[in-house]
Amino acid sequence: MTGQELFDSLGKLFGQKLQDKTEFRGETTYTILPSDLREVAKFCRHDLSFDYLIDITSIDNFDEDPRFEIVYELYSMTLAVHLRLKLKISEDEQVDTISDIWPTANWHEREIYDMMGIKFKGHPDLRRILMWDGYPFFPLRKEFPLEGLPSEMPDVAFTKAASLEGGPFVTKPSTATTKDREPRARPPDL
Amino acid sequence: MAEHATAYDSKIEGNVIFTRLDAAFNWVRKNSLWPMPMGLACCAIELMATAASRFDIARFGAEVMRFSPRQCDVMIVAGTVTYKMALAVKRIYEQMPEPKYVIAMGACASTGGMYRSYAVLQGIDQLIPVDVYISGCPPRPEALLAGLMKLQEKISGEKSFAAQNPKLTKKLVEVIA
Repeated sequence: MTGQELFDSLGKLFGQKLQDKTEFRGETTYTILPSDLREVAKFCRHDLSFDYLIDITSIDNFDEDPRFEIVYELYSMTLAVHLRLKLKISEDEQVDTISDIWPTANWHEREIYDMMGIKFKGHPDLRRILMWDGYPFFPLRKEFPLEGLPSEMPDVAFTKAASLEGGPFVTKPSTATTKDREPRARPPDL
Repeated sequence: MAEHATAYDSKIEGNVIFTRLDAAFNWVRKNSLWPMPMGLACCAIELMATAASRFDIARFGAEVMRFSPRQCDVMIVAGTVTYKMALAVKRIYEQMPEPKYVIAMGACASTGGMYRSYAVLQGIDQLIPVDVYISGCPPRPEALLAGLMKLQEKISGEKSFAAQNPKLTKKLVEVIA
């Protein structure tokens, strides 16, 4: 089976459920509904030989509804084919876990929960993975300030807001020299 | 004490020196600063290079790196101190016996460096007292050695014994006089 036949069979079976298909520079991206995730994931893993889940990431489209977007990067070791699945969920929704289909999803989903606060239904061990248990914020959400927020858990950890000293420290996109591009305090123009 | 007679034996000539107790203590302390390697990020690689043969921190008596705080004199905080690690660093520092010193190695340990973020402590001096700050990202081994020498300079000027044991010092002065 070639990569194209693979995508065709996916399209044939889930024609109704695949909301959108994008092809860009040989990368295929399908948008699916959150309710179809497990069915599509199982089919990809068991019937289409997508045996490797490279990554799961999440995007915060602040001020949009649904707010969050989750991206699954799949890869077939046998056919050397990439497939990207995307789905959108709103803030109060939960996504089904796929950690029983690809065990590696366990930690990826924990990271997304830690950083974005998206919960995964049926996850066996949904704890924070980078920050400590009890940290009150989700740092990669758009409303979380760059300098951080103060928090305190006695004997465990604390955080303070970092002084930006005229920052934020950002790079300047340009083709000029490193001196012009390098991250430095760039206060908003007055 | 030149006016007082001192026992003199030609057999031990050259084996006896007269000095101040502080000077003797400081000389001993500064030439065997055992480090607590608190390697947290890429600065730890430079710390290892400093310890290895090319730069050879043993020339300064600071080669005894054991991962136990109980026998250490100076904590070299080498790397980014995250909030998750911060209290652990403090705890290890508290387990070191007095007198103890801290070297903040590199930009991250000194100020948080380029990590102005929710996850990184903005300088280890917010949590424990620092004696020497070393700039660089990461600092070269020479810079770490320079920092170590600065600390040695600082130690050699300390009034450690007299300040810590005023009663004993007074008694010793009386006995000598």
